[in-house]
Amino acid sequence: MTILPTPAPAPWGSAGAAPLLDVEDLHVEFRTRSGVVNAVNGVSYTLAEGETLAILGESGSGKSVSAQAIMGILDSPPAEITGGKIWFEGRDLLTLPAEEQRLVRGPGISMIFQDALSSLNPVYSVGFQIGEMFRAHRGTSRKEAKQKAIELMDRVRIPAAAQRVNDYPHQFSGGMRQRVMIAMAIALDPRILIADEPTTALDVTVQAQVMDLLKDLQRDTGMGLVLITHDLGVVNEVADNVAVMYAGRIVERGTVTDVFSNPGHPYTEGLMSSVPQVESDGGRLVPITGQPPNLSAIPSGCPFHPRCPRRRLGAQALPGRDCAGDVPPLRLVVPGREAACHYSEEVLGV
Amino acid sequence: MTDQQQKDLQHDEVQAGTTTGLAAPSVDVTSSRQNSLWSDAWGQLRRSAIFWTGAVLGVIFVSMALFPSLFARGVDPRDCDLANSKGTPSAAHWLGFDQQGCDYLANVVYGARNSLLIGVLGVLGVLLLGVVVGAIAGFYGRLTDSVLSRIADIFYALPLILGALVLLRVGPSTGLPVISERGPGAVAVALAAFGWMTAMRLVRSQVIAVKSSDYVAAARAMGASDFRILVRHILPNAVAPVLVYATITIGVLIAAEATLTFLGVGLQPPAISWGLQIAQGQSLLRTAPHLVLFPSIILTLTVMAFILMGDALRDALDPRQRS
Repeated sequence: MTILPTPAPAPWGSAGAAPLLDVEDLHVEFRTRSGVVNAVNGVSYTLAEGETLAILGESGSGKSVSAQAIMGILDSPPAEITGGKIWFEGRDLLTLPAEEQRLVRGPGISMIFQDALSSLNPVYSVGFQIGEMFRAHRGTSRKEAKQKAIELMDRVRIPAAAQRVNDYPHQFSGGMRQRVMIAMAIALDPRILIADEPTTALDVTVQAQVMDLLKDLQRDTGMGLVLITHDLGVVNEVADNVAVMYAGRIVERGTVTDVFSNPGHPYTEGLMSSVPQVESDGGRLVPITGQPPNLSAIPSGCPFHPRCPRRRLGAQALPGRDCAGDVPPLRLVVPGREAACHYSEEVLGV
Repeated sequence: MTDQQQKDLQHDEVQAGTTTGLAAPSVDVTSSRQNSLWSDAWGQLRRSAIFWTGAVLGVIFVSMALFPSLFARGVDPRDCDLANSKGTPSAAHWLGFDQQGCDYLANVVYGARNSLLIGVLGVLGVLLLGVVVGAIAGFYGRLTDSVLSRIADIFYALPLILGALVLLRVGPSTGLPVISERGPGAVAVALAAFGWMTAMRLVRSQVIAVKSSDYVAAARAMGASDFRILVRHILPNAVAPVLVYATITIGVLIAAEATLTFLGVGLQPPAISWGLQIAQGQSLLRTAPHLVLFPSIILTLTVMAFILMGDALRDALDPRQRS
């Protein structure tokens, strides 16, 4: 088995200036009693100021784990970051001392979670929890922190903020709770906001409101937004660029319009054709066959090859490009588009 | 419709999940059903006869400890007349007299203060040790947890009364501040030193459970320090079972104090305590049984009051116990 050398990541998308966040070849594994689970296997991406990068992938593709690695909140053990660099403001977060890493969280990089109810502490009022950001990081007085909490609640469009500041999380609806989370996350004007499936627990109309809010906040502050999701609709609406993950690797990335209109990887292609289309009438959905990969025994070669309709094995394959034996590197296929498939050109039809 | 009725209606709607009155554009039915842990518990407690029995008894004994002269009908427990030695109960002296001819009602009433003081101080000690050690063990885990848990196991191997007995026996010769004087403080310290392990285990397991909750991960993602996470986010969500345990333990420690005093290592005369009264009364059991009977009854009632309250509280805080 030969592994082709990975070419240096080419600039892509709109990234002209120095990126805010630069993730290089990140590896995360979980050491469990029943073996090593390779959750993230060499993920690289950059995020520019004001950019929205969607990380798209099914459950277990490593999208949340890579975000938690950036935040430094992986539970270790069992999780272990075994390689890679995460550059933020000229420093590699992974080599920073724990205390300095903590100081980045909040004012530097902040995160919102899928389930806002369980992410808010049930014993404190929401005003207290938002104000806690100022008290913990800036030593603001209790009274002033409450005032700032009301301002933030206004900013995330929670109606009657001054009256609701003393309410508890369980007294809010799902969408309002997510707004409270967002208020906490943006309290210290972070440069980067990581949103880990922020709308998955919400119904569709509320989803749209929350995404609009995130977009507006981004426009005001110029923060970079990493949007982790498996919802193709959300990606299409708000993201600039998209990185598709499979089995802990990025298999394709490019601008949302490009990737969605003409996928360059068979997995992305499969995702697109498994989405119901409003325009098409009554045809059957085309699912991706087979099972998601077992991360403690990732298939050799291209991890997608057992499910791939375009795989070429043995004699069918071009030399050095056997789908079952050679790992396809993430390479520039056409300008602005990278894909990790030996036969990307064929998929793209160029 | 009065304001109260309106509130009740609103409350019923919330209960039924049919409300539309939330100020939010989206209404989440599940959210309105979740009352806070404590308001639910209070609703349950209010209807519990066991709780009210314990609470009424508890209030009586606490006020006895705070204002003994009221309950002793103004009699000084140390105002004795040997002519009345071992006198039986009468209309003027409800509980009779002890061997020294002191009014026994006054003595029994004045004994409440020491018993409750030792019970409460002892439990505060148990809570302090248990919460601090348990929180550190549960939060940091790994080696820290192993070492602290094994230390707790070592203390477990020593029975509470035996350990406290040894400590109080050698106490006076150590010259240490509290433990060398045979006062309520020394007894409380001795009891706390050998009674903190269950509280520690409770806190430890709760901390481990709460530690993996999403809001702790969220707090970490927002840059909260370890100390802040532990004190602000984990402990307030982990103390409920420990409070129940503490209430029950007050009763247990009051009984343990009486035992130690009876064995001669607790409080010493001229201190007034139920343990001392029972110890002094036992030799006269055949001629004056009331000297053992009355302090025993009141001791039992006090212990029972706290255990009943603790039991009711545990049932109220545990949703699975609700009918």
